[in-house]
Amino acid sequence: MSAPGRGVLRRLGRGAWASLAVLVLVALACLVGPLLTGHAPERAYPDLRQLGAGLGPQPAPDRIGPALERLAYRMRARLEGFEQGPDSVRLVLGSDEPVDRRGLVYLPRSDLFGEARVVEASADGRRLVVEAPLRRLHFPLGTDVHGRDLLTRSLVAGRVSLLIGLTATLVALVVGVAYGAVAGFAGGAVDAVMMRLVDVLYALPFVFFVIVLVVFFRPGLGLILFAIAAVEWLDMARIVRGQAQALKACDFVRAAEALGLTARQILVRHVVPNALGPILVAATLLVPRVILLESFLSFLGLGVQEPETSWGVLVAEGSRAIESAPHMLAAPALLLVTTLVALNSLGDGLADAVDPRTVRRIA
Amino acid sequence: MIGLVLRRLAQAVPTLLLVVAASFFLMRLAPGGPFDLERPLAPAAMENLRRVYGLDQPLLVQFGRYLGALARGDLGPSFSFRDLTVADLLARGLPVSLTLGALALLLALGIGIGFGCLAALRQGGATDRAVTLLAGLSLSLPSFVVAPLLQIGFGLALHWLPLGGWGGGAPGHLVLPVITLALPQIGAVARLTRASLAEALRAQPVRTMRSLGLPPGRVLRHALRGALLPVIALAGPLATGLLTGSVVVETVFGLPGIGRYFVEGALNRDYTLVMGTVLLVGVFVVVLNLAADLAAAWADPRLRGRA
Repeated sequence: MSAPGRGVLRRLGRGAWASLAVLVLVALACLVGPLLTGHAPERAYPDLRQLGAGLGPQPAPDRIGPALERLAYRMRARLEGFEQGPDSVRLVLGSDEPVDRRGLVYLPRSDLFGEARVVEASADGRRLVVEAPLRRLHFPLGTDVHGRDLLTRSLVAGRVSLLIGLTATLVALVVGVAYGAVAGFAGGAVDAVMMRLVDVLYALPFVFFVIVLVVFFRPGLGLILFAIAAVEWLDMARIVRGQAQALKACDFVRAAEALGLTARQILVRHVVPNALGPILVAATLLVPRVILLESFLSFLGLGVQEPETSWGVLVAEGSRAIESAPHMLAAPALLLVTTLVALNSLGDGLADAVDPRTVRRIA
Repeated sequence: MIGLVLRRLAQAVPTLLLVVAASFFLMRLAPGGPFDLERPLAPAAMENLRRVYGLDQPLLVQFGRYLGALARGDLGPSFSFRDLTVADLLARGLPVSLTLGALALLLALGIGIGFGCLAALRQGGATDRAVTLLAGLSLSLPSFVVAPLLQIGFGLALHWLPLGGWGGGAPGHLVLPVITLALPQIGAVARLTRASLAEALRAQPVRTMRSLGLPPGRVLRHALRGALLPVIALAGPLATGLLTGSVVVETVFGLPGIGRYFVEGALNRDYTLVMGTVLLVGVFVVVLNLAADLAAAWADPRLRGRA
């Protein structure tokens, strides 16, 4: 790493390091976490819908009775009693006709119990004693309206949100840096025309355009990426152009020119590396804006589509179920806000470290 | 000053034309049309509908007709709200959105400048740290997270305020949407005011005034005048942000503003309604930016010469 890079790292405040640590944790959790929760993100447990958050194993004791009643009804039998052990449940089924044993497959199908085994049967077959192991499922953050594990879904959603945040920023970065560097370095009429175009684009109600784009062409990851990047490169172009203009007047750039380096070489070797600090700051602050825009679109139902999910989608689901299951909002909203706060404060810390004199970011 | 206004208005025309052209061709290039229903119409009926609305003409002819009508101030009929023109719909939605936006802007400027001053005057102290922290947090809180939280708190738990709806503009119905809309802006204004005032307080003239023993109130007033310049310049982008924010806030709280009409229009492929809304928002953005620039020029004589 170059000397100024080390200086930036040294000047980075404690808050910025803490934010970086939080971000690494969130990213790791999103990448690795879904493998460890024991649930596939799409796996729905219809009998365990809208569970609240809790560490205890499911099915919880108070759910077993009603669930068995429902299952017995499906098997066309009466539940005459049940007894709950630590790992299994023993139930007595009765009926006026002989109980059809094929109906026992309903037990493992219900997500709550394992393979059932007949312990004893009366001679006429109208009374069965059945033992079935209890499934021990864990949903630390509860389940959603379809009975899917919210922890897994929040983490998988984080993958999508972070991926969009990083990729769209990268695209905006490349386009903005190239555009701004060329405009600033060329100067004169080229610069005037190029920046005039940026001014005009600035005045467009862009979020509305993004919505039009997404509604009229089928929403999907690629389109969202494209739409967001198309909006967000403007700031970067302005920043880099200002830097390029200032650098052009510097002696070492003039020396490079005098030595006969081409414009391309000067741009790549001198202008862009020296503008790297502000570019890094702007890029860091762009990521949370992109994530916010993506979740905004997804919240309106115009962004990421089922079965894919993102934090915006989950927040939207949570706010629709706000009266019956407020916990559904908590997990994705908390992850989203934590990430945004960490990214913003990392960006501020970087801005202070890159140039301690700069006035803080405005909006 | 008048020259500045004229120059900027002349610049606004190509910008707005670009808005119209971009939204027109974007929508027409996309598959689907306003009359695609669950149950497809008979081909003859579809033909008639398309002819009535002029959709059977070549795209360029349609665009020319639209521009011609626009020049006469006609935004066309709405495709999804039958019997209503786009102008009717926008006239209905605009008061709602403007009320929300104006109140939110006032709230953001009032509270933001107030807290920013407090923080700048107690730099490094607990107040400063608290304001900086809260401002950062408010910038990172998406409105679609804030809105449901407010609904739970003040609507479901406390029963103080209605969960949503317009209620004819009754004050109770305005509180939660305005707070949701203003919250991120409060953070932005507070941060900017703090940074700008802190710098002004360190500057030479202010230090001289202090050393001469002028009362702190007068010193602050002097410093504030210069320090508020960047805040005035921010008012344009702020107002644009409010327009964007209104899309979410109006959707969440079920308010009949232009943001909501826009989303519904887009979902129903109501070409004219979407164009009308985008154009209206574009006009607002241009006018508000111009107003912010004029205010800045009025407050800072150095800017008057520039465009």
